[in-house]
Amino acid sequence: MWKQAGLRISLSVGLVGLLLGPAVAQNKEVLIGLQCDRTGATQNVGTVLCPAYHDYMALVNSKGGIEGYKVKVEEIDHEYKVPPAMEAHERFKKDGEVLEALYGTPQTAALNAKLAEDKILGTSPGFGTSAAADGKKFPYTFPIAASYWSQAAAAVKFAKDKLGGNLKGKKIAYLYYDNPAGTEPFPILDDLSKSEGFELRKFAVPPPGLEMAAQILDITARYRPDYIITHLFGRSPSVSIKELKGKGYPLSKVVALVWGAAEGDIVAAGGFGVAEGYNCLQFAGVGGDYAVIKEINAMYKAQGKEPPKEQENSVIYNRGVFQAAIHVEAIKNAIKAKGGAMPTGEDVKKGMEQIKGFTLGGLVPPLNITPADHEGGGWVQVWTVKGGKFQKSTEWYQGYRDVVEKNLAALTN
Amino acid sequence: MFHREAGNFKTTYAADMAVFPLPITRWTVLVIFLLFAVVFPAILDDYYLSIINLVLIAVVGALGLNILVGNTGQISVGHAAFMSVGAYTAANLAVRLGLPFWITLPAGGLMAALIGALVGIPSLRIKGLYLAIATLASQLIIEWVINHTPAISGGVQASIQVPRPVVFGYDVRTQGQLYFFLLFFAVIAIVGATNIVRSRIGRAFIAIRDQDIAAEIIGINIFRYKLIAFAISSFYAGVCGVLYTYYFGIANYEAFQIVVSVDYLAMIIIGGLGSVLGSILGAIFVTMLPIAIRLFVEAFGSHIWDTGALSAVAASMRLIIFGLLIIFFLVVEPEGLNRLWRNIRNYFRVWPFSY
Repeated sequence: MWKQAGLRISLSVGLVGLLLGPAVAQNKEVLIGLQCDRTGATQNVGTVLCPAYHDYMALVNSKGGIEGYKVKVEEIDHEYKVPPAMEAHERFKKDGEVLEALYGTPQTAALNAKLAEDKILGTSPGFGTSAAADGKKFPYTFPIAASYWSQAAAAVKFAKDKLGGNLKGKKIAYLYYDNPAGTEPFPILDDLSKSEGFELRKFAVPPPGLEMAAQILDITARYRPDYIITHLFGRSPSVSIKELKGKGYPLSKVVALVWGAAEGDIVAAGGFGVAEGYNCLQFAGVGGDYAVIKEINAMYKAQGKEPPKEQENSVIYNRGVFQAAIHVEAIKNAIKAKGGAMPTGEDVKKGMEQIKGFTLGGLVPPLNITPADHEGGGWVQVWTVKGGKFQKSTEWYQGYRDVVEKNLAALTN
Repeated sequence: MFHREAGNFKTTYAADMAVFPLPITRWTVLVIFLLFAVVFPAILDDYYLSIINLVLIAVVGALGLNILVGNTGQISVGHAAFMSVGAYTAANLAVRLGLPFWITLPAGGLMAALIGALVGIPSLRIKGLYLAIATLASQLIIEWVINHTPAISGGVQASIQVPRPVVFGYDVRTQGQLYFFLLFFAVIAIVGATNIVRSRIGRAFIAIRDQDIAAEIIGINIFRYKLIAFAISSFYAGVCGVLYTYYFGIANYEAFQIVVSVDYLAMIIIGGLGSVLGSILGAIFVTMLPIAIRLFVEAFGSHIWDTGALSAVAASMRLIIFGLLIIFFLVVEPEGLNRLWRNIRNYFRVWPFSY
């Protein structure tokens, strides 16, 4: 009869194929699930971030793994769509992951509840909600990098230092991508505007953010701020650099939040020469001058290969390394705590909450992750375009921690 | 659906209208129902159920869009916006008033229907691509409003966490529990859509699609039926959005952007415009095929590439193969998977004596 046959065809081309899926993790192997966007809206990030992640794990494995455990990374590309992220999570869970690297703000939001129910830790550096820094409210979500709130506070602090240590009576423009992530820093900026006494005006750039001539003209010709904080994504940072440059505004008086200056953005804006002076916050170090990057290159060289071309985009590449290194550290803590036994998701969570003073030769900020603070303190560095490359302008610092913590506390109550 | 029928001659209108034209159809439906209600949850683990769950949600949305686009001939690229209307309505009711899902779910649907009917008003004067642009505008307007109205979107991050639905005192939280929760509504949606199409309203829709001036001349109130089509379609979309919200535990407008509208249009075009089975097949195709392709590529590619390289290859191959398969199926049968299935069935109906 055609009943069964037809049903099989129509129901799933896939179910048969699933049986062929890769073998389940074996002994002495820890599995990490890596969500990624290599083909969707933010592929410019994913195509660099994820190879970096794999590179670091390959380095760890080449040195014998974590406490004798090999690391196995399973990657699923979710195309920046939400439903495939849920599918990816279930697949990782089925295969026995101990930790999951999330990617994307809506995906992180959609998986928060599920992660807590399944007791699997997920990290979301550089995206997701600032509120997730509160470990009591989001027990299994770890931003591990400075949230948008911490970044906004740090940006104001940077502007204050640059403007002579006093913001009273000064004017600051906030140029932001008009989506939830772009509007997220509002409470922090508003609070600081009151306490520091500067005038704040917000300029929205509607998605997809490729056209902002009107806003920039409004800022440069009419508002004439003393400093500009930009918070843009995708292609729009390069547009903002070009437009500001075109209107003659000094780029040294612009500071961008973390998604505003990867090498790709600077090149798209017309090159490092054009963007001279442009400042950007970073939650991981920039450039190839770190021991760990050199080790990765040595590993490639030992295999007779050139260093990966993704390193040209060192801002994003180093973030992938940063994320992978934190994961390895958390798993190491978990395995040690269990005396060498296979850790569970809960163990890795505890391991993550012990991370302190782990800096990876300066690439990683001095994080101090605790059960209450999953952000690890909200550390950033400012890097400035100078003489054809990024140069470090500040050491790791935190901006207005009290204001950020006050806002976090207000959310929990 | 799956039979070789013979002697199926209809002598009354009632027989022609019957849901089950043959006695054996009942059995087919029963078997399928048992498969989904008993066999699948018994033999499949959480992972496979999670995939089916995504399909079930997509089926509800695709059915709704097909009523509007396939049956009534009104193009809409704002379907995802109606989903977000349903999602945020339900989330607000669930969180602020603490209402249970059996109130928030229809409420979300009704709110979406109301907004959908409003958005449908331009369809009275414009058609085709022009209407597509009008609905595109509504997509952007609804997105903007949700994003900029803290009263709707719950503040800074424009997302609202909802508690898990409670059925008979139990929290619905595992994939298995969610499966039954979603299956229940998907079945209602399928039965509903099947019957809408067979009813007076459904015939009016089809008349409007085929030639709206002619439809008006034979006495169909175009104003009324076009708006009903928008309302019913948006109701489905709203319910789909509510199901999304309960499935993920959060209402987030970024999950309902224009890409999602396009995905749903792809589902009904690949599946077959104007058919219930087509909506279901399309939802299955668009949701499951990328996963299946990825698993195949991973299974075979793991012999060639290491993990890092394989991930890059699998991601690209998935897009390429998926695109090629869409083109392939549409070239083989422009009217979609539903028509393809009927062609196969008709061929075997008289097999092996096709002359």
